[in-house]
Amino acid sequence: MSIPEVTTSPATGDSEGGGRQVASLAGVPEVVSLTGLSVAFGSNLVLRDVTLAFRPGEITALLGANGAGKSTMIKALSGANPRYQGTIAIDGTTVHLSSPVQAKARGISTVHQKVADGIVPGLSVAENVTLDDLASAARHPLRSRRAALTNARAALATLGIDWPDSVLVRDAADLSISDAQLLILARALRGTPRLLILDEPTSALTASEADRLFGVLRALRTNGLSIVYVSHRFGEIEALADRVVVLRDGVVKSDTVRPFEWHEILHDMLGRATNLEHPHAITQRGSEVVARVTGATLLPESAPLSLAVRGGEVLGILGLIGAGKSELAELLAGLRKAPAGTLELAGAPYAPKRPSDALRAGVVLVPEDRQRQSVLPGWSLIQNISLPYLRETSVFGMLVRSRETERAETVIASLDVVTKGAEASIDDLSGGNQQKVVVGRWLSAGPKLAILDEPFRGVDIAARREIGARLGTLATSGAAAIVLSSDVDEILEVADRIIVLVAGEIVLDVYSDQTNREALVAAFLAARSGSGADSGSHIGADASSDGDAATATDSERGPRGTDAPVFPTDFPEA
Amino acid sequence: MSSPSTLISARRGERVSAFVVKWGFIAVTVALILYFVITLPNFRTVDNVFGMLKFVAPTAIAGLGVALAMTVGGIDLSVGASAGFAVSVAAWTMVIGNQVGGVAVIVVLIGGLAIGGLNALLVVVARVPDLLATLTTMFVIVGLKLLIVDGKSISSNMSLADGTTAPGKFTADFLALDRGSVGPIPIPVIILAALTLLMWVLLERTRWGRALFAVGANVEAARLAGIRVQLYRTLAYMGCGLLASIAGLLLAARIGQGDVSAGNSLLLDAMAVALVGVSVLGIGRPNAWGTLLGAVLIAVMTTGFTMAGLPYYAQDFGKGIVLLVAMLFSFTLSRKRTVLTAGSTSAS
Repeated sequence: MSIPEVTTSPATGDSEGGGRQVASLAGVPEVVSLTGLSVAFGSNLVLRDVTLAFRPGEITALLGANGAGKSTMIKALSGANPRYQGTIAIDGTTVHLSSPVQAKARGISTVHQKVADGIVPGLSVAENVTLDDLASAARHPLRSRRAALTNARAALATLGIDWPDSVLVRDAADLSISDAQLLILARALRGTPRLLILDEPTSALTASEADRLFGVLRALRTNGLSIVYVSHRFGEIEALADRVVVLRDGVVKSDTVRPFEWHEILHDMLGRATNLEHPHAITQRGSEVVARVTGATLLPESAPLSLAVRGGEVLGILGLIGAGKSELAELLAGLRKAPAGTLELAGAPYAPKRPSDALRAGVVLVPEDRQRQSVLPGWSLIQNISLPYLRETSVFGMLVRSRETERAETVIASLDVVTKGAEASIDDLSGGNQQKVVVGRWLSAGPKLAILDEPFRGVDIAARREIGARLGTLATSGAAAIVLSSDVDEILEVADRIIVLVAGEIVLDVYSDQTNREALVAAFLAARSGSGADSGSHIGADASSDGDAATATDSERGPRGTDAPVFPTDFPEA
Repeated sequence: MSSPSTLISARRGERVSAFVVKWGFIAVTVALILYFVITLPNFRTVDNVFGMLKFVAPTAIAGLGVALAMTVGGIDLSVGASAGFAVSVAAWTMVIGNQVGGVAVIVVLIGGLAIGGLNALLVVVARVPDLLATLTTMFVIVGLKLLIVDGKSISSNMSLADGTTAPGKFTADFLALDRGSVGPIPIPVIILAALTLLMWVLLERTRWGRALFAVGANVEAARLAGIRVQLYRTLAYMGCGLLASIAGLLLAARIGQGDVSAGNSLLLDAMAVALVGVSVLGIGRPNAWGTLLGAVLIAVMTTGFTMAGLPYYAQDFGKGIVLLVAMLFSFTLSRKRTVLTAGSTSAS
């Protein structure tokens, strides 16, 4: 219908510029192309000037750490967020995607991450498959049971599924999660889309179920469908994808085809630009064990983890999403109970039931999500800072304003918070300064153990440095600090001792002067080919070339699977 | 991006709307009072001032209860039913149970706490959405009340089903809750003033009040800050039940009998004054003095309209309009207020 080479939008003329673009299918007309795609939330540019093209018969894996802009890009592509800048062209024709229905009508179909969100309970399987008909004005307003069954059967047949009518009339909520996933996929493929977007489709599937899905996807690729596949599971991508696009901080960091250089990809994904690097100057070595975790299972299927956290040093725990970082933080802060294992604090048993227990014992947590878990919107800095210390700032229950203000002034001074004053609303502060307030609030408790979960997300360099310096001061005073992050350079910048966490297990535990970026990234990779990392057990089957590495790492990791505590001294000096 | 000049004019517009948000409501109240003072000679008497406050005390106290539930981000639709329950229970205790007024007061207050506890159980423990839970409680309480009194209003020396006369009556000390006064100030006005003051101290000056607001502002942040979120939510609902039952006591003393329909109209008025409280002065959160001001406005309107000869059936319309304006102030216009604050930050 259109000639792809001649773009209708003038903006697409300078497309494909820059980057490490390697076009394997050069010459094949693009199905969908993005040019200068940008999305801003308020003043925050989440996606900047992304230029990408998707070709038929190609599976593009989209990689990126938390907050890299993957979901933002998918939302724009699927029509869920019409407020984007730049152009999206389908078959060379520029379109404005204003709603998911419209995007699907144009040939872009999306399967979102949460399977449960895609199923309408109370409607039958057939009705769920043909759900789009309900939203379509063109269809007959009366719902016909028989038409739904016929249409559903046809749709499922595209996936080679032949469910009997007795299944099709059942409540879709009764389906197993993998069957529900297939149902959603069948629905997405109705109307023969040109581009199929899958957001972490295997996160709820078992190994064999994922295999079944991969078979389907390969068949669809052969039929010329263009697929965008979002996943954190490198094994799956290795097995499935033709091309890997890495997003970081809202820009395309790299765009490569097979064979994948996983080192490079991980660098692009986790690393900061080198000019921002600021290595940790002096590595402190702590002595006294402040907190000890023994035999805790962080994730449902992970081996027990044991860990000694020492005072006098900043411990950086590096891990991707789903590695068990937040689980570990929440365990120590009394937000969750591990199914197994014990905790010790300063040599005594420690079993916090709720955050206030942890707080009283001297353990504070700076949680991952500042807006949702820390900030009281509309409240002054004073009120935000004093919240955990209401008892200390009051006499017979009456708040003493001078004590509140004093604490706030101390926090503001110690972290150089840029603000009009302690009375200012926290809403008026930049993200970085808000984060300084939150970190300072918790560190002003004078904690024995401070846990910071992704403290540098959405935080500028200056704020990051100041928070890092404050943590150093805390450690010097003999307390222990844990920083959890998915960013190698952040960890290298702030931590004395570094632990790499993969799938709820420790795969590396070293002091920062004994290691470097490459070694840390390599730890991820070794773990990936081992247990399939955070990807579950089914990866080995697809990435058979990794099989040998798997056995090697597994045997290396064997002893660590026991309950023996892991001390940094277990590792050979570099 | 807009050019500097449009930014400045936009900011001026925001300032105007912020001014309206902050003072509009008070201006309306003052204007109404002035109008009635000038046009109605009876309106400006001391007796009338106290009379109005006394008249509105139950509404204001129930409104304080709603405001308390609102601090933790909740709502309580059962305050009217609780007050009505209190009226009948007080009457039943004195007339049928032949107890003195003090016993009736204690029984009613315990009942109020129990109703609040039931709400808390549903909302906090059973996780029923607050609107549905308190609506259900409302039906349960009204139904229970009717069961207790056999669907009848209980009055002193009423004749019972078996032909005998009820043993007790509304005692003088109980009726004094409404009719007594200290100097020129009627007791209901004193109780209202005391409760308002108490609520103000609790919400604005104590750590418990701060914790209540924190739960309402960001439950997760409050929990992570070590606040016992469920406990505070429970206490807020129980406090609301208690205040509603105090409102019921004043109603019972005023009516002098266990009127089964008492309290029926209280819910909407209480909700209205609490919401006015949120909107006045652009505070944007439930508070004691704003709630009192809302009650005063309702009292002024009711009394003034009545004295001016406006038919009683037109008054709900007036109240509705006032509430509508309050909602616009607190939810529509005040959104720009935050923009203004940001603007003034950069300006200074």
